[in-house]
Amino acid sequence: METTKGSFAVKKGLAQMLKGGVIMDVVTPEQARIAEDAGACAVMALERVPADIRADGGVARMSDPELILKIKETVSIPVMAKCRIGHFVEAQILQALKVDYIDESEVLTPADEEHHILKHNFTVPFVCGCRNLGEALRRIGEGAAMMRTKGEAGTGDVVEAVRHARTVLGEIRRIQGMPEEELMAYAKTIGAPYELVKETAALGRLPVVNFAAGGIATPADAALMMQLGVDGVFVGSGIFKSGDPAKRAAAIVKATTHFRDAGILAEVSKNLGEPMVGRNISQMPEGEKIAGRGW
Amino acid sequence: MKIGVLALQGDFAEHLTTLHRLGVETAEVRLPEHLTGLDGLILPGGESTTIGKLAVAYGLMEPLRQFGRQKAIWGTCAGAIFLSKDAQRDQPLLGLMDITVERNAFGAQVDSFEADLQISILQPAAPYRAVFIRAPIIATVSGAAHILASLPDGRIVAAQEGKLLATSFHPELTGDTRFHQYFLSLAQN
Repeated sequence: METTKGSFAVKKGLAQMLKGGVIMDVVTPEQARIAEDAGACAVMALERVPADIRADGGVARMSDPELILKIKETVSIPVMAKCRIGHFVEAQILQALKVDYIDESEVLTPADEEHHILKHNFTVPFVCGCRNLGEALRRIGEGAAMMRTKGEAGTGDVVEAVRHARTVLGEIRRIQGMPEEELMAYAKTIGAPYELVKETAALGRLPVVNFAAGGIATPADAALMMQLGVDGVFVGSGIFKSGDPAKRAAAIVKATTHFRDAGILAEVSKNLGEPMVGRNISQMPEGEKIAGRGW
Repeated sequence: MKIGVLALQGDFAEHLTTLHRLGVETAEVRLPEHLTGLDGLILPGGESTTIGKLAVAYGLMEPLRQFGRQKAIWGTCAGAIFLSKDAQRDQPLLGLMDITVERNAFGAQVDSFEADLQISILQPAAPYRAVFIRAPIIATVSGAAHILASLPDGRIVAAQEGKLLATSFHPELTGDTRFHQYFLSLAQN
């Protein structure tokens, strides 16, 4: 029997299993348990949620392997972990820890300001952030098996998540309507591999699963992103920086499933306690924004 | 014929796409009333704990059990776990099939794999390229349930009991529609 591990179909396949679900940032095994009990389809194991990374400043790096292993022991759902952009050794370590997905994330301080990790070199799959189609297809070209629109992490303000999802999905609609001979020039304009531009135009969607991230804090935010056309959502600071994380987490899971049913959305939005306080992006200095990290 | 796909979480869109390629009418099932008028139901891959919790929260457990006592249901991966009577863990299960499962039997995602299987019920006969993603195995098969496919080391990866079908792997992730066609033949009878 010919058996193959780490094929692109297998890497992309796990992301397909996460569709319609909520991936939650957790910083302790206890939070991981709360997330799993609430119906999370995966957790992101971190030392600090993005809101705290923002508040603390300094260099943000891969989490302590001990923390990641403890979270892996606690839950049966997939466990993801973040490495810095371009830090392929952090990625090698995370693969050795057998995390289920690596997020090469702009939330951490980039290790390379020109190059991302060559993700084809790994057996473990990667998810990467994007703000537009060119960025998404460059990451897929490097081997990313899942994408997430970046939004602005740690703010609780959904406006950038909406902007990035609308941009990516709008560009896909645009190339679907283009005659094939225009795709090469368009690929050049957006800095994307031509073959992937052609594939995306033919599919009418990204060739890999695409979640929304960065600023989702309420069930309505999650359903908004789903109705815009993403495959699922990441919720970072929005859950464990709120007043009642278990209740809010379960409500966001239900809202992601029943995203078109306003009656259910109204029901699950009741009495969730205080949402995370949040940061209004329109008043944030450019230098504090992190979505621009990524090349 | 109309086939529903449980659309609580997971790769239900991939099943819908395959069914559309075969010219089948489909429906997404999120609430009990969505089961009306269906000839068969697919429980997709995904996270079995998430799917189970949402099924409990929206009153789907008993309606799904009643459906499965009369009509065809096929569970792929998480769906197979959901059909089983025991997953060695405290989570909601339909218990419709006389099988027990072991979740994540091959380990973490880095151990996920593709393999060629010989599956005698598939037509035309040819090796079947199966995709296993953090897959469960079917640990025991008893009563009226029987084995459909195993790995060369003997671990069971597909089973059937009447009109109920369980596979550890994901036919919806490949271009090969033979497993879907086999399920449609069960739903039709």
